[in-house]
Amino acid sequence: MDIKSLNKISDYIWEIPPEGEMRVPGRIFASEELVEELDDNVVKQIKNVACLPGIQQASIAMPDAHWGYGFPIGGVGAFSPEEGGVISMGGIGFDISCGVRTMRTGMTREEIRPYVEKLVDRLFTIVPAGVGSEGTIRLNQQQIDEVLVGGARWAVSKGYGYKEDLKYIEEGGVMEGADPAQVSDTAKKRQFREVGTLGSGNHYLEIQYVDEVYDEGIAQVLGLYKDDVVVSVHCGSRALGHQIGTDYLKTLAEASGKYNIPIHERELVCAPINSPEGRRYFSAVCAGINCALANRQVISHLVREVFLDVIPRARISLLYDVSHNTCKVEDHLVGNKMKRLFIHRKGSTRAFGPGRKEIPAEYSSVGQPVLIGGTMGTCSYILVGTEAGMNQAFGSACHGAGRALSRTQAKKKWRGDALLRELATQGIIVRAHSYSGAAEEAPGAYKDVTAVVDATHKAGLARKVVRVKPLACIKG
Amino acid sequence: MYETFEHRADVGIRGYGKTMEEAFENGAKAMFSVMADIDEVKPIDREDVSCNAPDTDMLFVEWLNSLLSLSHLTGKLFCNFKVKIGDNRMTGSAWGERLDSERHHVMTEVKAATYSMLKVSREDDVYVAQCIVDV
Repeated sequence: MDIKSLNKISDYIWEIPPEGEMRVPGRIFASEELVEELDDNVVKQIKNVACLPGIQQASIAMPDAHWGYGFPIGGVGAFSPEEGGVISMGGIGFDISCGVRTMRTGMTREEIRPYVEKLVDRLFTIVPAGVGSEGTIRLNQQQIDEVLVGGARWAVSKGYGYKEDLKYIEEGGVMEGADPAQVSDTAKKRQFREVGTLGSGNHYLEIQYVDEVYDEGIAQVLGLYKDDVVVSVHCGSRALGHQIGTDYLKTLAEASGKYNIPIHERELVCAPINSPEGRRYFSAVCAGINCALANRQVISHLVREVFLDVIPRARISLLYDVSHNTCKVEDHLVGNKMKRLFIHRKGSTRAFGPGRKEIPAEYSSVGQPVLIGGTMGTCSYILVGTEAGMNQAFGSACHGAGRALSRTQAKKKWRGDALLRELATQGIIVRAHSYSGAAEEAPGAYKDVTAVVDATHKAGLARKVVRVKPLACIKG
Repeated sequence: MYETFEHRADVGIRGYGKTMEEAFENGAKAMFSVMADIDEVKPIDREDVSCNAPDTDMLFVEWLNSLLSLSHLTGKLFCNFKVKIGDNRMTGSAWGERLDSERHHVMTEVKAATYSMLKVSREDDVYVAQCIVDV
């Protein structure tokens, strides 16, 4: 895009001045290089979001922003219900509460080396993934409602994990305000056999090791040391979330018309937060978030069982669990006034600074862990939220690398089986349910996650703590 | 005739036809071709759907999303389609069989058909129905 059309606020903050119907400016957090690579469509989407009623401060884009549905992926928008604010489908997406969870293993890279192959083969067998996969849990209508209300707490009550785990999940593992009555029967039925499944696309389960520590003090608070082995899971609310999205796309399209909300892109369909449609959608989204939290909790339990079986001395403890497709009610300072806002984060991670009441007590002094997934051949990062991030972006950070090549281009460029062999020579074992799916996810098809994370760090949105590299990866 | 097209993060699907019906049918083929090699799917079982929407664009998305739900609930992949469209409502049938990961070459799961790049139009004598699917 043409960088001259933006106002440079600092080396990592760029502003789109309000024009036309924009109620607030657009704000892009990125390095000059990342801004230059930005698709013009992203800028258009940032502007469209800025036109929505009740938006606060700015329509925000993270360093990994790319062209999405209504909101850019990597978009943040805060809306005040008191000022006619809306809740929008585009700001949440189809994979409600898609997110990343990282667990410590109590093992080092050297200690785990003899077991990696066995672990990954067992995990590949036990954690269901790929098109058409089903979990071992079978639910009926009443039981699925319990999942939608209880989230990860439901999973723990059924024996999938420990009570202690819940402390390290956003919202303590359960989102208040979920109403299963606002979720369609089709959505529920589609989830009967899906709890505890990974899915496909960019979702993964990875065994990783800490290869670089940027801040030893903070890393110590998070219980991370060089060469420690961790396990990360990236997945979401599965078919239930997708169906909620599909169902409400239609409801919100009608609501946008009913309430005369000017919509500049169809996927931005929305309803006032304080309207029957808005309230229903929010309750359904909360239910979708709980579904995702339960899903990741069940998968973690499967991981724990496999590890304990293969290496009895392993100790799987939850570091943290973040969701990056959400709408949440949070208190934020706008100007000098504290406001209760509905924060949409579409492809953006909550990154609360030190002291926020939502953060587990042990991490309160350093800020909320921010888990950023890379690609299967490169690396991922763990950061923490900052005070500056609270002030500049409602406590939000990037969520991943973002694609550089389309899936079709990737498939033309790489062959799944050859790619997996190539990664194996680098010491990364990959097990994939689909070779073509693996080719679509080739590391080279993504932007450089390091550039995205560095920009996030330098913009002050979050602080780098450690980098992790993959030892083994399971793809859907 | 159907095809998929490039989109940065996801995939575009497009169906062509001499009628709008045929474009919808081919659009559905394009979507299932993202999920699996549909030439390997046998048209054994039939499933029916009906849907409505305020306009033909949204009807196309409704049709695709109804098929995704149906495919998921029945555990089937579909390869052949037949639709009837009238006044922003439609009925359709899909033929396919149960997914067998041993036999079918499955690729990527489609989460939803979206309003992005959504267009149902007539260009000369050809109807085109397209949108981006979220994968």
